[in-house]
Amino acid sequence: MDAAVFTVCAVMVLSGAFGVLLARNPVHAALFLVQSVFGVAVLFLLLEATFLAAVQVIVYAGAIVILFLFVIMLLGVDRVDDLDVEPIAGQRPLAVVIGAGILGTTLTALLVAVGGPTGAPTANAPLGDAGDNAKRLGEVLFTDHVFAVELTALLLTVAVVGAVVLVRRLRGPLQPLPAEAVASKPESPESTGPDGEAGEAGQGGDA
Amino acid sequence: MEVTVAWYLTLGAVLFTLGAVGLLVRRNPLVMFMCVELMLNAVNLTFVSLGDALGDLSGQVSVFFVLVVAAAEVVVGLGIVVAIMRRRVGATADDLSVLRG
Repeated sequence: MDAAVFTVCAVMVLSGAFGVLLARNPVHAALFLVQSVFGVAVLFLLLEATFLAAVQVIVYAGAIVILFLFVIMLLGVDRVDDLDVEPIAGQRPLAVVIGAGILGTTLTALLVAVGGPTGAPTANAPLGDAGDNAKRLGEVLFTDHVFAVELTALLLTVAVVGAVVLVRRLRGPLQPLPAEAVASKPESPESTGPDGEAGEAGQGGDA
Repeated sequence: MEVTVAWYLTLGAVLFTLGAVGLLVRRNPLVMFMCVELMLNAVNLTFVSLGDALGDLSGQVSVFFVLVVAAAEVVVGLGIVVAIMRRRVGATADDLSVLRG
């Protein structure tokens, strides 16, 4: 039974990952990412990490991918990528070689070299059963790791403030990127004209 | 058939590799971010499976923090992408070479 669930989830995860890799449309890539993330969530359930399975679905599928889709829709960047063009000569074969190297080294380090996981469990954080997983995790987080939890709160606050600062409308016209970069992309003529951008920025300033 | 920790570790390694190859191959910054998420997911799976194999909760604690960092990273990263796209519609990672010193 476990093996069947694992096999189904593994196929789901890996096909989703291939979908992200190969999808021409970023919206499709985001949906394939949801598929992959759901597979990982079910694997968490199989490993009796019930709290993390729920958080995985809520945070990844419910928040992060929705954020991706919002950005895709808002910016209108759902243009189809031309995957046939290889901008840097030899990039893809090199990427495959590097990927094979990563896979080989990780598998060797994790499985072949030591024959499986080694080490001893800590005495103060034993794994409970699936029923009280959230309770155990909460106890450990808010006793042993309470300082780190506070730091994550600070990190999230800084991230939110940083995002607001990054995307706020500046007063005055935006500076276009240097001409060299713009010239390499002749199919987007509307982007950085000073007139349109100045009008937009003026509206933002009035509001 | 027993599902051992080696199965999960192998799946995690393959998933991490796919994310890494995607990060190297794709040029759309949004898709590159998605590939980073795949890599983080692979590491999370490895953490949880090793924690399960050793009977230790610390693996799940680590995954909790990875999730927080992933959320913060996506927020800041997408903010940067929005800021760039507002100046240049349809920019790819290659166009941002103007950032070099």
